[in-house]
Formats: sequence, structure tokens, C-alpha cells
Amino acid sequence: MNATLQALLQFLQTWWVELVCGVVIVAVVPLIAGYVVLVERKLMADMQARLGPMRVGPHGLLQPIADAVKLLIKEDIIPRDSDALIFWFAPVISMVAALTSMGALYFGPSFRVAQGINIGILFVIGVSSLGFLGIILGGWASNSHYSIIGAIRSTAQLVSYETAGGLAIIAALLLAGTLRISAIVDAQAEQRVWFIFLAPVGFFIYLVASIAETNRAPFDLPEAESELVAGYMTEYSGFRWALYFLGEYANMIVVASVATTLFLGGWLRPFPNVHWLNWLDGLPPLIIALAGIYSIYRAGKQPVWVQSWFMWAVAFACFAVAAIFAAPIAFAPLRFALPGLNGAFWFLVKVSAYIYVFMWLRFTLPRYRFDQLMHLGWYILIPLAIVNVFSVGVAMLLESEFGWNRWLALIITTAFTLAVSVYLVHLHDKRAVMASTGRGVISDSYAG
Amino acid sequence: MLDSVLFYFFAGVAVLSAALMVTRRNAVHSAVFLITTLLATAGIFLQLRAEFLFIAQIILYVGGIMVLFIFVIMLVRLDVALHHIRFRMQRFVAVLVALALAFEVTVIVLLAGKLPGGGLFVQGAAPADKLPPNTEELAKSLFSSYLLPFEIASVLLLVAMVGAVVMAKNRRRGDAS
Repeated sequence: MNATLQALLQFLQTWWVELVCGVVIVAVVPLIAGYVVLVERKLMADMQARLGPMRVGPHGLLQPIADAVKLLIKEDIIPRDSDALIFWFAPVISMVAALTSMGALYFGPSFRVAQGINIGILFVIGVSSLGFLGIILGGWASNSHYSIIGAIRSTAQLVSYETAGGLAIIAALLLAGTLRISAIVDAQAEQRVWFIFLAPVGFFIYLVASIAETNRAPFDLPEAESELVAGYMTEYSGFRWALYFLGEYANMIVVASVATTLFLGGWLRPFPNVHWLNWLDGLPPLIIALAGIYSIYRAGKQPVWVQSWFMWAVAFACFAVAAIFAAPIAFAPLRFALPGLNGAFWFLVKVSAYIYVFMWLRFTLPRYRFDQLMHLGWYILIPLAIVNVFSVGVAMLLESEFGWNRWLALIITTAFTLAVSVYLVHLHDKRAVMASTGRGVISDSYAG
Repeated sequence: MLDSVLFYFFAGVAVLSAALMVTRRNAVHSAVFLITTLLATAGIFLQLRAEFLFIAQIILYVGGIMVLFIFVIMLVRLDVALHHIRFRMQRFVAVLVALALAFEVTVIVLLAGKLPGGGLFVQGAAPADKLPPNTEELAKSLFSSYLLPFEIASVLLLVAMVGAVVMAKNRRRGDAS
């Protein structure tokens, strides 16, 4: 008994950082996902000249919590003719896959669960792709036409776009020369440039593919409201539905983190090697404190005293966080915490920016038709991704074997890739014209 | 200690779900248990510190091939197809194949110590946690010593892919005419 206790203590002593980070991820990600939904609704409202959620808490700040409570106490309906067991655990697969893949991510240099996994980025991509098993099984188990059509669409879409996305990240991996996440970010610090500038085409392809992989508009065909009710989630209600939703938003955070790590310099602040910009290290507490001051300013304008008090509470929370960020700058003994805190800040800023682009695209572009989606994936993105891998490889060869200037080589090969993309789009247009005039009809297996 | 606990856990899950996969009537349930088996096998790879094999197993088998399996199972009504007489004829062949496999395994296990090089038992192997990172090692050997077989395999896969596309195209043209 004593030996077991000793072993347990030993285990905790070795792994407590990892365990704490893991628990924080599992506990905080659902909350973040809820607030991402609120931000999305507010942004959508702003772009459509509305106010969005305003009733629950000041500016709807408590809306996610109210939604969560509502979903938790809702009746859990399992359709009679469904496959109860699979119906029961399919949403869990979605959620678990997304959260597990976060285990290999680095949110800043010191906040991570697993340290220095050899296959880091592959692990994240591979495990998060398991999430759509949940979508497929859930759609099938519901035993409803809308669900199964949504599930089938989702499968076809994911199989097509995962290929393009997987090929797109190879460009960044070639430049980094490793799969280890911390080493990828270190490579970007060493080469003094984010890989988005070295492989812009790769980043663009990954952006498009990641939108399609997370089933977001304009590629939200698996859950297209106007066509399929809610796609694979049609029969789900209450907490199971919430699990799907959480899985989707957690997946968004995962793809945004992967893009940040590979292309946007991970947790590096802008210009990490330029010393006269070191004052940027003081920026995080300043920005958070400014948010607090703005909350106080808004507190005076609330119509009800409860809301006004709540805004004061938000302001004090902001100040507390700002104080945590400022402490290592003010007190020398705490200096060791500075890279970790600032790294997490910059990482989250970049992830938020990436997710903001997702939302922006969602409110701007109309939904694709299914055959258009397949054309884009198979006729344009996948060939372009292959050409891109080839070009980046050629550029690196020119640099290492023939002593070319790296930027010159990359500009030439990127121009080549862009020329190929123009040619591909031209080919696609020609095919579309031929199809519409009825000459040389190429029938499409999906559009019929 | 932890290693053997992990091994027996993953091995148990793999064997149990493999058995369930064969015995389930519902094809989707079988597919789910096959996925569990593949994941447990991936876990064994990881326990052996073969992390690249682990992730290749997950990305290729679970993420790729199984998705296509489920896709087909959902589209084809297998409960009808299962009653088809064609599948009943396979019972005899299946028994034969199973017997042959059982015989092979028994012979290998019995002869294990007597084969040259120790047979099943690897002697003088490095402890698992002292191995070099195997993604790099795998890449080095694939792209240097085994470049030709690697290229042949890629060309074969390409041929298979082109063949599948050609077959699909031909059938569609036949339908249209």
C-alpha cells in the first residue's frame, strides 16, 4: 500500500506540470469555445448592422453560460429507430479527438501537455482528423435522411480537403526541417522570418483546407441549414448536440494553432530578434489593462445597476490578468516567467486573428454548391499543393546546392506556382464554359 | 512495469475488439470495432517507441481507409447483401484459411528458439527508450538504401490510382450511351 502511494507521489512529482496543463485544457477549452461563439455572434451582428445578443449580461457577456446551462438541462432525446449505442458515443468521439490533439500543441513555450513529441505536428493533424469519425457515425446512427446526407457530404469533403491541407503544410515542414513543434518555432526564430512569407501559397491552401475541414462556411455543406436542417446533427439535442458544437470549435482552435505554429511564427512576438523593439514585451499587460479601462468606461453606460456591477467585475478581472502579466517585468525574481506568459499571449493573439479570418469569410461568402466544392478541391487545390511542394523543394535546392539568394529563389518559384494556379483556374473556366454550352459534356458524379 | 501494463492493455483491447468485429451482425458495428482494433495496435506501436508507425497507422488506416470503409457500408445496404448466397459459400474457404493460419502460427511459435538468429526472440536489442528518433531514421533508410523499392511502390500505387480513374470513367461513358 505504502509502495503504491510512493509510486503515485513519484508519478505526480514527475508529471505534475503536464497534468495541470491537461486539466486546464479540458476545463478551459469549453469555456473558450462558448465565448468564441459569442464573439462570432457579435461580429456577425456588427457586419450586418445589428446588435447581437444584448440581454444576458451587459453586451451579452453571460450568454455562453446561459446557453450552456440551457443545453445541460434540456431533455436528451434519442430517436426510437436510431442505433442507440453509436448515437450515444459519436459526439464524444468528436470532442475527445479535438481535445486529445491539443495535448501535443504548444500554447506558448512553457504551456504544453506533451513535451518534445517527435512527430508533434503529425500527431495533432492525425488525431484531430479522427473527429469526423464522430460526424459520420452520428449521422449514420440517427437513421434519418438529412443526417446521413450530411455525414456523407462531410466524409467526401474531409477526404478531399485533408489531402490538400496535408500537402500544404509540407511546404512549412520542408523549411523547418523537423516535425517537433518547438523546433519548428525555433527554426522561424533562427531564420528571422515567419514561414508565411517564405511559403505564402502553402499558407493560403492550408487556410482554405482548414475551413473545409472544420465544416465552416463557405464550406459548411455537411450542416447546411437551408438544405439539410442541421446535417449530421439534425437528430441531436441537449448536451450531445453541445458536444458536437464544442468539438467543432475546439477543432477550429486546433487548426488555427497548427497554422500559427507552422506559418505565423508560433509564440514569437513580432520581430523577436530586433532588440530596440524589446518594449513590445510590455505590450500584453498594457493591452489587457486598456481592455479593463474600456470596461469601466462602458460600466457607466449600463442601463441597470447589476449590469454596471458586472462590467466593474470584468474590469477588475482584466486588471488582475494585466497584473499577472506585468509582475515578471516589474520584479526581477519573477523574470523567469516572462517568456512563458508573453509567448502564450502572442500565440493566443495569432490564433484569435486566424479564427477572426474564419468568421469574416463566413459572413462574407455565400455557401458553395457541392460540385463546386469538389472542383475546387480536386481540380485546383490538390494540384496546386503538389506544385507548391515541388517549388519550395526546388527553391531550397537552389539555395543549398547552387548558392542562390534564398529570397530570389523563393520569389521565382512562388511566381511559378502562381502561374500554375492561374492556368488551373483558366482550365476550370474552360471546362465550365464547355459544360454550360453542352459541348464535350463532362457529367459530374455529384451534380448529375 | 508501465510498459508491460500498457502492452497488455492495448493487446487485450485489440484482441477483444477483433473478436467482436467478427461476431457483430451489424456492419457498422463491425467497422467501429475494427477501428478500435487499429487504434489499439497503434497504441502497441507507440509503446514500442515506433512513433512514426503509430501516427501512420492512425492517419492512414483509421483516418483514411476506415473512413472509406464506413462510407461504402453506409451507402450499400449490407443487411440485404449479407443474405445473398454468394457470402454463404465462403464458409468452407474461411475454415481452411483459418486452419492454415493457426498451423503456421503454431509452427513458428514452436520453432521459435531453433531458427537461425533466435527466431521470434530478438537478441541484443537496444532498450526501447534508448532508440534514436525513428521518423528521421525511417526517412534516411527509405530515401537512401531503399530508394528503388520505395519508388517502385509509389509507381505501383500511381498505376492503381490511374487504373481506378480509368475504370470509373469507362463505366460512366457506357451508361451514357
